[in-house]
Amino acid sequence: MDIKDIIKPENKVYGRTPLLKDAILHYCPGCSHGVVHKIIAEVIEEMGIQDKTIGISPVGCSVFAYNYIDIDWQQAAHGRAPALATATKRLMPDKYVFTYQGDGDLASIGTAEIMHACNRGENIVVIFINNAIYGMTGGQMAPTTLLGQVTATTPYGRKAELNGYPLKITELIAQLEGTCYVTRQSVQNPGAVRKTKKAIQKAFENSMMKKGTSFVEVVSTCNSGWKIPPVQANKWMEDNMFPFYPLGDMKDR
Amino acid sequence: MALKGAIVVDTEKCKGCGVCVANCPTNTIALSKEVNSKGYNYLYMANLDNCTGCTNCATVCPDAVITVYRVKI
Repeated sequence: MDIKDIIKPENKVYGRTPLLKDAILHYCPGCSHGVVHKIIAEVIEEMGIQDKTIGISPVGCSVFAYNYIDIDWQQAAHGRAPALATATKRLMPDKYVFTYQGDGDLASIGTAEIMHACNRGENIVVIFINNAIYGMTGGQMAPTTLLGQVTATTPYGRKAELNGYPLKITELIAQLEGTCYVTRQSVQNPGAVRKTKKAIQKAFENSMMKKGTSFVEVVSTCNSGWKIPPVQANKWMEDNMFPFYPLGDMKDR
Repeated sequence: MALKGAIVVDTEKCKGCGVCVANCPTNTIALSKEVNSKGYNYLYMANLDNCTGCTNCATVCPDAVITVYRVKI
């Protein structure tokens, strides 16, 4: 069978969702942000909530998220996305409100905001990208950086006596009464991508059922910050990050 | 019955990260020797006959540049 006979509109099984704008992503090759953007756009398209969704973009690499997904967006001050999401959701309770934050934004400067937003049980979705490094500013140590991991500010590896221990923020969030769904996922292979997509869809559904905050962590790669090529970075993540940040649902009620 | 697939790659948007190549179960795709206008070795179908249209490559693609077609024969 000739390839021209296969490539016809009626045979299409997977393609770029129209919710993703035509812009080329500014992320580095192989960055997990792109996959997560894509699955958020797919979930919003499949749920048919494009004009009812408001995203809050953070400070960090994903600050330009509003350039890529065709929904309403607001851009928060560094770490303050949950505060902005709280206001947005309380003023417009019929909208689906989600924040999209990296680990420098959520786990470091924004720890107070995320803790209290989750503890209040705001009906928002939090998507947390954990790549264990500050990607945008040049690969410095983040609170989530693993012990022994080499970064620009820990050239001999992170040491507990000097830099403290990596922060398992998702485990902390899971203990709060306000949260209804806390999970940790990844996007390094097709199976993981589909699981993450299901988790994000469930989180969006929860936010309309007034059950509390839904928190989805996505363990991600930062090829440029880690200084590892994309495919090896996925392997490095599986070997080093998954033992410390185990995948799975921590809370689901 | 067998499944036969094909992909179309938006070569200008492809950044040649190779995550799709690592996740292709049928060894269909590879990165080309040619580059696009940004200098990336973009993705192409190296072994046309192998593709089953499983959509694995498109699922993991961070830049959503792959469109998958599939027929039953």
